[in-house]
Amino acid sequence: MTIDRKQAPEFRAIDNINLLRPAHQALDNGCNVFCFNSGDQELVRIEWIFANQRFNPEKPLLNVAVNTMLTEGTNSMTQAQISDKVDFYGAFLQVDYGYDNSLVTLYSLNKHLQHTLPVIKDILTDSIFPEKELATYIRNQQQKLQVSLQKNDFVARRAFNKALYGDTAYGLGADAGTFKTLKRDDMLAHFKQMYQPSNCTIIISGKIEPEILELITDTFDKSWTNPDIKPDATQPEIKSSTEHFYFTEKPEALQSAIRMGLPVINRTHPDFPALQVLNTVLGGYFGSRLMANIREDKGYTYGIGSGMSSLKHAGAMFIATEVGADVCKAAIAEIEKEINLLKSDLIPEDELSLVRNYMLGSLLGSLENVFSHADKFKNLYFAGLDYDYYDRYVETVKTISAERLKELANVYLDFDGFYKVIVGKY
Amino acid sequence: MVKFNRFTLDNGLRVIVHEDHTTPMAVLNILYDVGARDENPEQTGFAHLFEHLMFGGSVNIPSYDEPLQRVGGENNAFTSNDITNYYITLPSSNTETAFWLESDRMLSLAFSEKSLEVQRNVVIEEFKQRYLNQPYGDVWLKLRPMVYKKHPYQWATIGKELKHIEDAKIEDVKAFFKKHYTPQNAIMVVGGDINLEQVKQLAEKWFGPIPAGEKYVRNLPQEPEQHDERRATVTAKVPLNDVYIAFQMGDRLDKTYYVAELLSDILSRGNSSRLYRSLVKDKQIFSEVHAYMTGSLDKGMFVFEGKPLENISIEMAEAAIWDELEKIKTIDIPADELTKVQNKTESTMIFSEMSLLDKAMNLASFELLGDADLLNHETGKYLQVTAAQIKELANNLFKKNNSSTLIYLAEKV
Repeated sequence: MTIDRKQAPEFRAIDNINLLRPAHQALDNGCNVFCFNSGDQELVRIEWIFANQRFNPEKPLLNVAVNTMLTEGTNSMTQAQISDKVDFYGAFLQVDYGYDNSLVTLYSLNKHLQHTLPVIKDILTDSIFPEKELATYIRNQQQKLQVSLQKNDFVARRAFNKALYGDTAYGLGADAGTFKTLKRDDMLAHFKQMYQPSNCTIIISGKIEPEILELITDTFDKSWTNPDIKPDATQPEIKSSTEHFYFTEKPEALQSAIRMGLPVINRTHPDFPALQVLNTVLGGYFGSRLMANIREDKGYTYGIGSGMSSLKHAGAMFIATEVGADVCKAAIAEIEKEINLLKSDLIPEDELSLVRNYMLGSLLGSLENVFSHADKFKNLYFAGLDYDYYDRYVETVKTISAERLKELANVYLDFDGFYKVIVGKY
Repeated sequence: MVKFNRFTLDNGLRVIVHEDHTTPMAVLNILYDVGARDENPEQTGFAHLFEHLMFGGSVNIPSYDEPLQRVGGENNAFTSNDITNYYITLPSSNTETAFWLESDRMLSLAFSEKSLEVQRNVVIEEFKQRYLNQPYGDVWLKLRPMVYKKHPYQWATIGKELKHIEDAKIEDVKAFFKKHYTPQNAIMVVGGDINLEQVKQLAEKWFGPIPAGEKYVRNLPQEPEQHDERRATVTAKVPLNDVYIAFQMGDRLDKTYYVAELLSDILSRGNSSRLYRSLVKDKQIFSEVHAYMTGSLDKGMFVFEGKPLENISIEMAEAAIWDELEKIKTIDIPADELTKVQNKTESTMIFSEMSLLDKAMNLASFELLGDADLLNHETGKYLQVTAAQIKELANNLFKKNNSSTLIYLAEKV
């Protein structure tokens, strides 16, 4: 049998996407627990998620430093003892600072959970941020920052965030001196206010047998109480800069980092899924217009992309790349051309249908295991949305018209209003 | 436990099938048994440049990415010193599209001059972005030739120099394809929401007609044992001093491979590891320090890297690393410390079974080593390692005359 290799096989568009929904349990101390019970492996991931406290420009690093140093010692355990215990039971303990929330994550085999959970309980209730460990943290962070500041893309990202978000947690760009504002007493007070049950959401995913859930709720319910001080997760108002162009010259740069974009809506706005379609066309996948033009046709760069960030109090659309220093101006001209095309011409149906299928496949493919279902839930829950968001998302991706996308481009993508940051040569 | 079935087509293509019906997706992973080590010393970086060209259209299909994205699929690839690996994930109802695309580029590429020209530029920008325009980015370009005097591991996958990439010709591309991209030089893993019979039928249909090609017989110069201490110092525009010490170690099939992994874990895995606790926390010598191994198929490297604090001299920093090495060479490793790294390895193996793509790549890698089922016996091999073996290996590896030390000195501005 001969086959026709020029003819693509039949394919099916994706109809529906099934998301697992969690079981919810409210503990008496105000902590909400969500469970995603699925999977064959005898393991769980448990996340303790705390809303960051109000940003204080005088002490801008408190949220991140307190989170990062949770593993550095309690009244009953040293840093060494904490890491020994976690590692001995083959578990993984992570702390992650995000712009809106701070996380403590434990990956553990179920058979060892009885030994690993008490460590988490201890660090969430009794961390002491020892002076010696704080001094080490500050010194090492200062050194790491020196290396990062030599990277053009890092410098560009900071300048961009500063321009968009000003004096807030989102716009913060620490220098070596900023770390000197960290004081142990402030950290202890911040810890007490922030790491309390009423400010905590627990998300469990994996194989959750009843005794596993009981172990977790027993550890984090009755014996975990709220202090007399209330958490404060309000944030100062964001004021974007009036200056829109930033150029940092690096005379010996082989490449220039470019980052440009502007504040837009976030996930809570009804237009958000539609804008994601527009973003995907522009620079959101390998075959996007920016990649096709600036990498695959011109060879100016190893990679270019656009993205959307959705934060609790802000949203942005941005384009980022590193291009040959000698083609920096040419690359920016091509970016502008691609944006203007979205505003003047309809996206051809052939391209649009490809993007529809790509986005649905990508959503389906992002649901690799039970952890990913929990991650999807986090996107919704912390934006105050419900699962009908994903129904709307799928519906929008399937049905949005080229006319509507052109309208959106004209509403949201004002190239002259873009913040533009260049680090390298221009 | 990762279950699988296996069959071989008449043209020599090895196929592994791993059914996992907990996902609506399928993955198709193809490993080609060719890496930077197979390159001509005058044309380095070629395996990696070639990987880029594999996306420039094949004989019957002008665009690789477009039809895949159209059916909701995603793909990527990587090149190492040993292998070149391509993978696709897509909704399982569209699995056949992956067979169609991958079989056509195994059959033949389009060999377009335009694609070569553009990808040369893209790779040159990649060279700049990752190796030249980053602080410490050129470390492997400098360290590899110190450790390897004969073996082609002396160059990095990106290549020795930009010129080798600039000079690449379409005839070279064709010859490289003919030599390495044959069915008998490849291992395909199909995993996810598919079944064995369906994969057999699709593999036969799309890959069966591809000619077997000639068998590539690898005959690389072997790296002689090192008997001299090697050192180099470079002054560079970097913010901090940096110390690298690399030791030659056994190959991937050496019986000490698993011992070496645990040795590196004891020294450097996580915040309870020796280097972190002693040199970052207690003695405050480094802001960061790590040990790791390259895990290459031929003779590998066991590498230490650390950035000393600003008040610490290079001599003190080096001496502090050697002190730790002396300790592990002379003092017995406590039973708890060994159990700790074994437990960590065991749980890492279980967690890696949560990812379909990881499973598919692992099956391909182990099949290349001789048998995909080795994947399911990994944990057991780590559990058999003894403290005495680790100490013995440390004594064999960590000798001055088996070391290559590279120092970065921060240029004073």
